[in-house]
Amino acid sequence: MSHADSHAAHPKHLAHHFSDSVQQAESAKLGMWIFLLTEILLFGGLFCAYAVFRAWNHEMFYSAHKFLDVTLGSINTVVLITSSVTMALSIHAMQLGKKKQTLILLAITLLLAAVFLVVKYFEYSHKFHLGQLPGKYYTFTGVPGDNPHIFFSVYFAMTGLHGIHVLGGMGAIIWMMLRTAKNNFSPEYYTPLELTGLYWHLVDLIWIFLFPLLYLIG
Amino acid sequence: MSHEQSHPHHIVPLKIYLAVGAALLILTAVTVAVSFIDLGGLNIVVALAVAAVKASLVILFFMHLKYDNKLYMIIFLVAIVFLAIFITFTMFDTLDRGVINPEMDLHINPRAKIYQNMPMDTAAVSSDTLPPPASGH
Amino acid sequence: MYDNESERNYLNTPRGWKSWLFTLDHKRIGLMYLIAMGAAFLLGGILATLVRLELLTPGRDIMGAETYNQIFTLHGAVMIFLFIIPSIPAALGNFILPQMLGAKDVAFPRLNLASWYIFVAGSLFAVYSIWTSAVDTGWTFYTPYSTDSTKSVISMTLGVFILGFSSIFTGLNFIVTIHKLRLPGQKWFELPLFVWGLYATAIIQVLATPVLSITLVLLIIEKAGGVGIFDPAMGGDPVLFQHFFWFYSHPAVYIMILPGMGIISEVISVFSRKKIFGYKAIAFSSIAIAFIGFLVWGHHMFVSTQSPLAAVIFSFLTFMNAIPSGVKIFNWMATMYKGHIKLETPMLYAFSFLFLFTIGGLTGIFLGVIATDIHLHNTYFVVAHFHYVMVGGTVMAFLAGIHYWWPKMFGKMYSEFWARIACLIIFIGFNFTFFTQFILGTKGMPRRYYTYLDQYQPLHAFSSVGSWILGLGFIIMAIYLIHSLVKGEKAGRNPWGALTLEWTSPIPPPPENFDKDPVLNHGPYDYDKVVMERDIDKVKMGSVS
Repeated sequence: MSHADSHAAHPKHLAHHFSDSVQQAESAKLGMWIFLLTEILLFGGLFCAYAVFRAWNHEMFYSAHKFLDVTLGSINTVVLITSSVTMALSIHAMQLGKKKQTLILLAITLLLAAVFLVVKYFEYSHKFHLGQLPGKYYTFTGVPGDNPHIFFSVYFAMTGLHGIHVLGGMGAIIWMMLRTAKNNFSPEYYTPLELTGLYWHLVDLIWIFLFPLLYLIG
Repeated sequence: MSHEQSHPHHIVPLKIYLAVGAALLILTAVTVAVSFIDLGGLNIVVALAVAAVKASLVILFFMHLKYDNKLYMIIFLVAIVFLAIFITFTMFDTLDRGVINPEMDLHINPRAKIYQNMPMDTAAVSSDTLPPPASGH
Repeated sequence: MYDNESERNYLNTPRGWKSWLFTLDHKRIGLMYLIAMGAAFLLGGILATLVRLELLTPGRDIMGAETYNQIFTLHGAVMIFLFIIPSIPAALGNFILPQMLGAKDVAFPRLNLASWYIFVAGSLFAVYSIWTSAVDTGWTFYTPYSTDSTKSVISMTLGVFILGFSSIFTGLNFIVTIHKLRLPGQKWFELPLFVWGLYATAIIQVLATPVLSITLVLLIIEKAGGVGIFDPAMGGDPVLFQHFFWFYSHPAVYIMILPGMGIISEVISVFSRKKIFGYKAIAFSSIAIAFIGFLVWGHHMFVSTQSPLAAVIFSFLTFMNAIPSGVKIFNWMATMYKGHIKLETPMLYAFSFLFLFTIGGLTGIFLGVIATDIHLHNTYFVVAHFHYVMVGGTVMAFLAGIHYWWPKMFGKMYSEFWARIACLIIFIGFNFTFFTQFILGTKGMPRRYYTYLDQYQPLHAFSSVGSWILGLGFIIMAIYLIHSLVKGEKAGRNPWGALTLEWTSPIPPPPENFDKDPVLNHGPYDYDKVVMERDIDKVKMGSVS
């Protein structure tokens, strides 16, 4: 019917099966939140393993967690929180049409993410050095209690999966920087930035729980 | 179509983002500090409570749920509820195995094979390496 | 009635193999899934036939014991992950859902295509693992055997892990499509019940599958790196694996059945020419089944040394889970009462569903009683139960849907005569095969056993013969369906006189689905208000209804 007419006022980013930009943006956001739900359930399995093994071995967990470096963990927490701030600010900048600011803030977010991974690298290599490895590779003798390798198995599984998600997030941020540079976004359309932001905040959210459970409580 | 109360391009004021960021950093300091004080069983409660507050700030402000369609909040809460169900029901099993037959409550294997050839700390060779009648809760 | 425009449909527009490789058309993606479902069902069916051949006698018939373990494992894994879980949502749902909503496509067409390719990749992994020393752990991959087994557990679990993403993305796509792409003014309680079924299914897909993902990842790293979470020798707990596994796998059976129940709601209403009885009850019961289905997984673990507290809770909730299913059965029967029933093939499959699924569901309750389950667990009673619900339930509903929407998808009618013959043969063959297994189970025959005591042999032989009858029915079906594509009668736009939106589009539909903008004039089941002609009555088929 009015197909030809509507094409005249058809924004470039609007996909053919949506009737308007608002519907498309809302659909994208809804889709992203459902994806975040799946991520929560994915990590949730590991939180369950943590809960179960901690209940069975809570003295060992307490002794083992002391070997985690609270300073490095706190630094990482600060780094991630700051990166969430810069991510939110980068979207804020695009809402105001400030492309250069958006790029700079995205770059800082990316940098902070890299710092997070570097700190994790130091933590991991220290553990490898001491023999605090998961499962059958465990050779460290300084932890009292039964089966201390279980704590480290859980630690590596949880922080490892989280680290992979940080890496994935960095990829997404780089992609967003490229698209921003190419003027793909504007105050009228910045949905992919929003979605990347949501994902990044979730990565921060998971760490907000990982940090006290592994580093502070054990 | 959706009848949502959200503003598609609602812009959160800059100072809210900065205030939330500051609050998160302060709460981080609080939780680290408290962890050095021995409150016994309360330590985990306090740590999780602080984490929950931090999480709420991130969700409501950074992730925009305070201003968005309630449907997204529902989706998030549904995820949390089902995760809670998973952990709770699993622990109905793992915490309660010894009710009828106490020997079912023992550690599956208190000393794994990998420790057989390892020189152990004297601290490790303590009474809690022997399988206790009730597991080390 | 037909002009040149109707020659242009989703099958021939656009042209070229690249247009298929990179298609964003949900109908083409649905069709590709449908073909894959056929292939998967064929593979799973061949494996089943091999199992039943081996069980003809207690001794060795065609294979050794180790091979037997691999064959039944593969039958389960292929049928569950490659066929039944994707079947109705990905093949029929993809095709029909957007049209039922008056939409042009699903919310995320590129994600839909990605789902398809991920499905292909996962399937290839799974099938590859069959060539390299195939898994023999049973489709449930229980530890510690799966971590110890020397067979290719890792490649199969990796394949399933990949397939999980396909399922998640399809579910995500459907939820957003249903929320956002309805016609303006199309309210939730005006949606066809197939949509409600797909919605409830999609919720389960996104909530449960990630837990399967993490379970398989943990299994893989346990096998590769000896992590020790599930391994008792390392201080881990093998029962914990079962909790993780069944948290997904029990809701997975509701992924299997809920879309099927949605189809049955459509078919029974259309072929009774009567408004569905208790629309809201049926809609809400889908959501209730999805929710309660997450609370009952421990009923697979009554003999696993799970705590008595957990066992009692899971048993009670299992009984609760049957109630919404019962509501549906009663409402369907009430729909048929005083209806104007047409006994065409889709309706015959719906009848089969009602009979067979009820048996399957009730026997599930027997198994939910802890004391009874102690005796029946791991016997053929369980095997019979789940085949009654999965084949007697989901597959019957899938076949009902295929026959119902066949004219819509291809513009052709199949031979009603041969379709009814096949339905009868399948019904008879199925009952011969599996009712026998209820008896075998109560007499104590364990499942997954290569050999057995002589006293079970007559029943096993009877069951195996039944499987040949069942297979014959499917072969006949394949023949007449393929024949209809080549030589079938052209179908009218609305052969069954249905009132849902997908029947207002041309047959087969053009790429954009509708030739005129779809308009909602009535509810999906308003047979009391609207008189809709059945095109099939206008075409003399040479068979009596």
